[in-house]
Amino acid sequence: MIRYIIAGMLCVLYSELAFSQSESSGFNDSTNGKQLEEVVIISPRLPSDGVTKPLSSLDNFLAKANAVNMIRRGTYAWEPYINGMASERSVITIDGMRIYAACTDKMDPVTSYVEITNLARANVHSGPSGPSGGATIAGSLDLVRKKSFFGEKNLKGSVFSGFESNNLQKIAGTALSFSQPKFFADIDFTWRNAKNYKAGNGNEILYSGFTKYNMSVITGFKINEHEHIETSVIYDQAVDVGYPALPMDVSLARAVIASVEYIRHHISPTIAQWKTKFYYNDVKHVMDDSKRPIVPIRMDMPGWSKTIGFYSIVQGDIGKHNWKANLSGHHNSSLAEMTMHSNTPGEMDMFMLTWPGVHTNYADIFAEDKYTLSKHWNSTFSAGIGVHNNVVSNQLGLESLKIFYAGMDKSKTRLLKRAAASLQYENKHWNYSIGIAYGERAPSVSEGFGFYLFNSFDRYDYIGNPEMKNEKSATLNGTVSYSRSGFSAKLSGSYFYISDYIIGKPDSSLSVMTIGAAGVKVYRQLNYASIYNSSIDLNYRVSENWLWSGKLSYRRGIGADVGDLPLMQPLTYSTGLLYSLHRFTADLSVDGSARQTKYNPEFGESNLPDCVVMNIAASYRFNIKQHTLLLKTGVENVLDKNYTSFADWNRLPRMGRNIFVNLVWSF
Amino acid sequence: MLVAALLIFISCKKENTLTPVNELDGLQLVTTISNDKHKISLYTASGKFQTGYNAIFIQIKNTEGTPLTNTTISWKPTMHMMSMSHSCPYSSIAKKENAQSVYTGYVVFQMAGSEMEYWEIEIDYTVDGIVNTAKGKIQVAAASKRVVESFQGSDSKRYVMALVEPAIPRVAVNDIKVVLYRMESMMNFVTADNYTIKIDPRMPGMGNHGSPNNVNLTQGTDKMYYGKLSLTMTGFWKINLQLADASQNILKGEPVTDVHEASSIFFELEF
Repeated sequence: MIRYIIAGMLCVLYSELAFSQSESSGFNDSTNGKQLEEVVIISPRLPSDGVTKPLSSLDNFLAKANAVNMIRRGTYAWEPYINGMASERSVITIDGMRIYAACTDKMDPVTSYVEITNLARANVHSGPSGPSGGATIAGSLDLVRKKSFFGEKNLKGSVFSGFESNNLQKIAGTALSFSQPKFFADIDFTWRNAKNYKAGNGNEILYSGFTKYNMSVITGFKINEHEHIETSVIYDQAVDVGYPALPMDVSLARAVIASVEYIRHHISPTIAQWKTKFYYNDVKHVMDDSKRPIVPIRMDMPGWSKTIGFYSIVQGDIGKHNWKANLSGHHNSSLAEMTMHSNTPGEMDMFMLTWPGVHTNYADIFAEDKYTLSKHWNSTFSAGIGVHNNVVSNQLGLESLKIFYAGMDKSKTRLLKRAAASLQYENKHWNYSIGIAYGERAPSVSEGFGFYLFNSFDRYDYIGNPEMKNEKSATLNGTVSYSRSGFSAKLSGSYFYISDYIIGKPDSSLSVMTIGAAGVKVYRQLNYASIYNSSIDLNYRVSENWLWSGKLSYRRGIGADVGDLPLMQPLTYSTGLLYSLHRFTADLSVDGSARQTKYNPEFGESNLPDCVVMNIAASYRFNIKQHTLLLKTGVENVLDKNYTSFADWNRLPRMGRNIFVNLVWSF
Repeated sequence: MLVAALLIFISCKKENTLTPVNELDGLQLVTTISNDKHKISLYTASGKFQTGYNAIFIQIKNTEGTPLTNTTISWKPTMHMMSMSHSCPYSSIAKKENAQSVYTGYVVFQMAGSEMEYWEIEIDYTVDGIVNTAKGKIQVAAASKRVVESFQGSDSKRYVMALVEPAIPRVAVNDIKVVLYRMESMMNFVTADNYTIKIDPRMPGMGNHGSPNNVNLTQGTDKMYYGKLSLTMTGFWKINLQLADASQNILKGEPVTDVHEASSIFFELEF
């Protein structure tokens, strides 16, 4: 289990292929063309002792990726920022499926509608050259479903439970896998319930509890040796979710995510695989302020998002070429309402559409070729083009927007282009890669069509702008890594030059809608913004039983006219020491960040002091016949530090000391 | 399918040919005033008279019930108060568009009637060149929202201003239409020309926020005042008003500020 243990060292990330390699070279996270990709192992088969906290939330797993920061508005549903950029700039998919969040206030990122038990891993791809999903600037995050495969008749399963002392979080669930030569099925269920948490000084953070239910089923049917069909359904429902950093909570966040896929292998000597998937997802999100005793005005803010789509991927090899082509398309419909109940008795409710029934129609074609130049050298080229169309389908919504944009058209179509090239050199110990990429994206539903969306961090109402151009990015990536038995190091950096960068700018001529708002911002485009990301990962096996890991990362973002871009990670480090002996492991880790000096008050930020947090954990695996019982326990924030980070919305304090126990019984 | 389509086609055709045009469609009777020869029926969309602008439709029938189609009508509303009487702004009367027997005009009632102080309307109409008269008391209710302002400007003149449109407000940029009259005497009101009516719509129930891209009202060729009114959501809106003369001197009304939440003259809308 050494290989998983490394992942447990807080911040270590693997290439998925690293796992198929021998344990001793498990540090090596580079394989052909994978240098731009980080893989976060979530639940390889069953919740594992390899990670510090096997039953931790998906958010905590993702937060360990170098390219990812998780912006926190409460305990639940953190927003993934890839390479320092908000979720509009990346494409987040579940097994390649596009899902659009249904909340105007980013309370339900796509990642909030899955559970760790649904997933095997998350592939984080930096930059616009991502393999699927479509047009993006920052990168893509694909959450890969966990599933079994056809084989000998076999039933495997696990029952798990967890408890966390700080917020009395209770976790319970089960996962079952059944396989046969012509059929397989995976089913899992997870339940989490948490009360308010306490910050480092023992202060209770009100409105921070939540309850989540998640269920998923995957089935596979073999048609013949080279063809099979897979179906997948995820049902996820969160209720009474508190968002202490925001003025409202959520009474219901529900998603149904379903797909059917046809897979065919070995079609011809040059075509290895063809996969076609059709999918549908339906998200409902209901904001709620009924738990808050004092509000300026009571309001209901439900949102709905429905997406239907498909993709069809063909891949194969011709000589030294390993190629892939992907045709995909989807249709999304997003609608969000706001009803405010007047404090004056007898006065009618105030109603508006905050997302005016926006339809997104998107079709994309993408091709990639990996070409092996020589034993040590190989290259990757990719290009894609997407046709992106938005239609404001709701008449009330369209007329609302026309208050601001009298001449706006109901429909707008854009062409989104992307292309990338990279070159890798690899020998026994060293791996170098360099890549360039160009990508474009359309404004998001909120950026293009949002109507008085209140941002509680900078306290501005935001108005969308349907007349914006595409945002464009040119990216330069590079990595250098070195590995030899017992030691590995990786240095990576990326630079994004983004033109027509979309950001809210104050318009003093406009009157605020939200009571207490500081003003109104309208989405505008900066001439350019530039973002720089860098990280160093180190792993050193001190002895057979001791493993040390370290990580250092930093981002910097600057926008023309606005200065520092908000929510940028300052210098952050972590280091961990892991001891393992047979079925026992213990680890100690220290996470910290330097003082944040690059911040932007225009977006509600203030400077932050440095902070250090220490965590300890230990695990033991009991083997009882063919069954195993994993006991994992630990203390997070051992010193009960009261702190907050750049990633905490409205400087929401992080959790104080937390003792957790995770139990996983596998059979 | 084909049969269904055919049926729809036939039924559509039937409707087109058989339905007679009802000139009073969408209108409700408010009151009928009679003399010994004719019954004069007054209609509005709501079936009542209210303070503010009232589009009124008139049909005059003889004792046989035949409507007059070739008459000239004029009217004079009078408010009988305890101590005095006065009239109000009103239009001339013309035939309703595409109608034979229905005539229309408008009256701006600046106050509601009561038991003691009541409105009376006198209607003069011609039959074969001879003027006939009928007179009757009418009920004028107070509108639930403020849609008319009667005030004295800083030029010492008295004005009456009434909201005509939007009759059905929408979350959109609405066309706003207002009539503005100046009182020459107790019984005589004339359209006030070349003024500007400044608007500032606000939602008092929601921090008194405003809306963007409103256009102040200026006079159209039909003497009414036209502008653009942005309403960013449904609910209760207060449209704060300021009246400016041709040289942009403010005659009445104040700008809305943080400390001064409303103008002294305003209209109200709720939808």
